[in-house]
Amino acid sequence: MAYSEEKLSEEKVFKDPVHRYIHVRDRVIWDLIGTKEFQRLRRIKQLGTTYLTFHGAEHSRFNHSLGVYEIVRRIADDVFIGRPEWNEEERLLSLCAALLHDLGHGPFSHSFEKVFDLDHEHFTRAIILGATEVNKVLTRVCDGFPEKVAEVIAKTSQNKLVVSLISSQIDADRMDYLQRDAYFTGVSYGHFDMERILRVMRPREDQVVIKQSGMHAVEDYIMSRYQMYWQVYFHPVTRSAEVILTKILHRAKELHKQNYTFKYDPIHFYSLFSGKITLEDYIKLDEAIILYYFQMWQEEEDPVLSDLCCRFMDRNLYKYVEFDPAGEYKKLAELSALFKKAGIDPEYYLVVDSSSDLPYDFYRPGEEEERLPIHLLLKNGDIRELSRESEIVDAISGKRRTDHKLYFPDDFLSDDSKKPNIKKQIRTLLEID
Amino acid sequence: MLKDHAKLMHAIAVSEEIVGRKKLQKMIYIAKNIAFPFQERFQFHFYGPYSEELTLRVEELSNMGFLNEVKEKKGGYHQYRYTLTETGKEFLDVNAVEMPSLQDCLMDMNSQNARFLELVSTVLYFNDLSKEGVKEKVFTLKSKQRYTDEEVELAYQYIESLREKAGLH
Repeated sequence: MAYSEEKLSEEKVFKDPVHRYIHVRDRVIWDLIGTKEFQRLRRIKQLGTTYLTFHGAEHSRFNHSLGVYEIVRRIADDVFIGRPEWNEEERLLSLCAALLHDLGHGPFSHSFEKVFDLDHEHFTRAIILGATEVNKVLTRVCDGFPEKVAEVIAKTSQNKLVVSLISSQIDADRMDYLQRDAYFTGVSYGHFDMERILRVMRPREDQVVIKQSGMHAVEDYIMSRYQMYWQVYFHPVTRSAEVILTKILHRAKELHKQNYTFKYDPIHFYSLFSGKITLEDYIKLDEAIILYYFQMWQEEEDPVLSDLCCRFMDRNLYKYVEFDPAGEYKKLAELSALFKKAGIDPEYYLVVDSSSDLPYDFYRPGEEEERLPIHLLLKNGDIRELSRESEIVDAISGKRRTDHKLYFPDDFLSDDSKKPNIKKQIRTLLEID
Repeated sequence: MLKDHAKLMHAIAVSEEIVGRKKLQKMIYIAKNIAFPFQERFQFHFYGPYSEELTLRVEELSNMGFLNEVKEKKGGYHQYRYTLTETGKEFLDVNAVEMPSLQDCLMDMNSQNARFLELVSTVLYFNDLSKEGVKEKVFTLKSKQRYTDEEVELAYQYIESLREKAGLH
């Protein structure tokens, strides 16, 4: 029997708090889960620094990847099977792409990507196509299969239906992470009737569409998404932790540039610092390694690096005030000058953070074809964009909410042992006195 | 402060006005890909390279009052027209952005239509492939746009002309 069709003698199941069970019958999927590159995802948290705000949010990208796989498996095996628009030969491709879609994520990837100019999508592709265990498994399916999987994940595959299952505005990726993140953070938002949505999904030539009768379930999904963004993903305390993490990485990079001698040799960072990171080095990085350095760097002689690491490890985060860039940019320049006078480096201790700095997005109707929207399949066979049918979705997608916050270490500013007058001026300007 | 926002404002200021979100997306992608240090991350989407970060920044700039966004009806759909406001110009005066030769490139792109810029950005996205490989991608991924061989050749020539304008030759 061809490897691509091989089934396990007995179905394997993973107990899962979101989908109850994750079912694996295909030998290829079982082998992929066992590769070291996929197992590495156990050591990368799905929500990065969110655990510092919601202590339950310790779940990993491994959990999420299995969840996305399970959703696509259910769509393929329970909903699309036998439909003329669905090609059964694409089933394995869809399952592999779903399972591996986040393979290239690194530790705290949002901050790392910003500071070291990395791209997790590039590494996903590199792992799938490189000299890796994952590549060996995929190549056994057939020549060119790794490339096909990589193209689906990169959204450059000509099979747009398969792409849209894994990456669109209503895809398996989002449906898993919304529910999983809600479960592990413990919030009461993020719930919607996924079973209903799956039942009303229909394959079309180049996208998945939703039967009109399922519109209310989709409205619920869009509302969940909206609430999760503002209540969990854009949480100001998580953003504070992210700001400090980013500044630690900037500081370490800057010190390396200045030929600073670290007490604890950051060997895992050297290729990152040089800007020429190899796949081998990248795969070695995980959050345990990074937190080890943060732990050790608390004892560094450089006061900024040491202080930032203490803050991160002990959760002594920056405080924030709302910031209006248009009305207050001159005030920010003034604050920056006062921070310098007070001996507090504004480069590290006075930070504006905007909602556009975060990697999450809202539903967009794609009015000018900048993005493919969610399409409803009407009873007469026509296809119509969701917000044109749903007043609820129209109200949310039309209302743009953005926000900016100014972060600073409150404890530094309230320590009047040095430069008390300048600090008082700062506190007055920040309106925190 | 807000350096990435300032770069976008500068881009819109030197273009005088940009009509269409899709056009704005493609112009910034092309400029970034050719030479200019825009920080927004782009991914390939249904209609070519697209950046959610860019969309969000533009929304932020509109909400801040730095950018004027006018929604216009055109045929059966809407399109958006972007210009810098007076407050935006004042901000840019204080937070000057140095990107010499950006204006030449953006003015040129602004005179092209969104369909052609979509093709140019797609060609650039697959730049590590051979020309034949790029054509195959364009003809399969963009089959509905019905681009011709000649148009792809024109896109290549156009990219070269932009590189010259950017001072890369």
